[in-house]
Amino acid sequence: MNPVATPNAAASTVTGGSARAPETPKRSVVMETRGLELHYGNTRALKDISLRIDEKIVTAFIGPSGCGKSTLLRCFNRMNDLIDSVRIDGQVLVGGFDIHGPDMDVIQLRKRVGMVFQRSNPFPKSIHENIAFALRLQGVKDRGTIDQVVEESLRGAALWDEVKDRLHSSALGLSGGQQQRLCIARAIAIKPTVILMDEPASALDPIATARVEELILELKKDFTIVIVTHNMQQAARISDRTAFFYLGELIEYDTTKKIFTAPSKKQTEDYVTGRFG
Amino acid sequence: MTHHEQELSDLKQRLLSMGSRAELAVAQAVEALVQRDADLAREVKEGDAAIDQLEIEIDDQAVLLLSHAPLAGDLRLVLVIMRASQNLERIADEACKIANRARDLAEEPPLKVPVDISRMARLVLDMLKQVLDAFVRADIEQARMIIPLDKEVDALHKQYGESLVASMTRDPACIQRGLHYLTVIKRLERIADHAKNIAEEVVFMREAQDIRHAGKLSATPGEA
Repeated sequence: MNPVATPNAAASTVTGGSARAPETPKRSVVMETRGLELHYGNTRALKDISLRIDEKIVTAFIGPSGCGKSTLLRCFNRMNDLIDSVRIDGQVLVGGFDIHGPDMDVIQLRKRVGMVFQRSNPFPKSIHENIAFALRLQGVKDRGTIDQVVEESLRGAALWDEVKDRLHSSALGLSGGQQQRLCIARAIAIKPTVILMDEPASALDPIATARVEELILELKKDFTIVIVTHNMQQAARISDRTAFFYLGELIEYDTTKKIFTAPSKKQTEDYVTGRFG
Repeated sequence: MTHHEQELSDLKQRLLSMGSRAELAVAQAVEALVQRDADLAREVKEGDAAIDQLEIEIDDQAVLLLSHAPLAGDLRLVLVIMRASQNLERIADEACKIANRARDLAEEPPLKVPVDISRMARLVLDMLKQVLDAFVRADIEQARMIIPLDKEVDALHKQYGESLVASMTRDPACIQRGLHYLTVIKRLERIADHAKNIAEEVVFMREAQDIRHAGKLSATPGEA
């Protein structure tokens, strides 16, 4: 089994170089995989992945299509359970608990580890109801509390000023970028610890992308964020740490600065400079 | 202000901090020379490490910003800051060389020289101050006005050099000290060159027009 990779220890684990002094302050580990293997039928999609995700930073997963980055992302809240042919070995820990353990409540796990997808997927309901619905599912009934959380979440997602006068209009009338921020508001309304984002800006125009990126930088003050992106510059702009995957393997995991200015592995260098992938 | 704007603003602020330190180093080096103050000369040399450190930090921050793929004006700003910080570091090095000569001259008997070092230094310091102002305000008019001042400094350097050589020829006993002064005026002339370089960068930053080597390059054959 690969030793567990953390960016600061990456040089002596994944990247095989000499140990370096930490470039970021020590943080608590929020999520961790140990010897994680995932098969889709006979296809080995993740190969012995061991890595740690620290709290309240943005960690980016990069790599060519099919490298396993989205598959790994979905492991953290057991979204892969929905696919029949999937077999998982090894461990995934969230807050120190094995999420495949017998006592794990998947609903509770997904409340703790929220997710935002590539395509925004608001419910065909009002803006207000998109957030209130998630709260009511959790048993929140008090109208005042619901209104307050709706406002806080929309403010947290930098959407409040744009929608405060039309909260009861259909969410489907919002622009693509606004819909994606509404999905982020919906995710943060239930106060998760982690937000997983699978290419959250890939379907947006540059202005909407910039807003989502700015929002991610604000959200990391309160949440741990893991983002999958194909956009190298986006990873460089918004993430603190970056993990590069290729053919199901974790090739290199380090501070974003190191990955994008002086990666240790030639494969990483070739990928981030666009020479392959 | 977005995070990106904040990062650019921090980088700019760091360059200005470097600029004011470099300006102070030049002013103090000349003061040490004029006042024969060896302690002040040492202070200038000691302060150089902080300026070198700022150059490294600016480069480091700028490289990181370049990895974010800034475009257009933001891209030019980062490039200009990198080039300007290199010029400021060299200005500070020139100030150290002046401080070295000030320290050596302070140990020698005073020499009455036929040159007005303070006048030349005022002109150079004025260029430096103005170019930092032009950078802060992205004022290309002011930047363009700085460029011809370099010719005045060059003329003064030539005139003072000839006077110093003549005086050394007349009195060989003052050759050693005269050579120190020749070095000082050459260093001041180089500082003016660096200030001019930064002025040209301000024009590039604002107008995306590269005016470096304008006189020389306009004489080369045009594009085919």
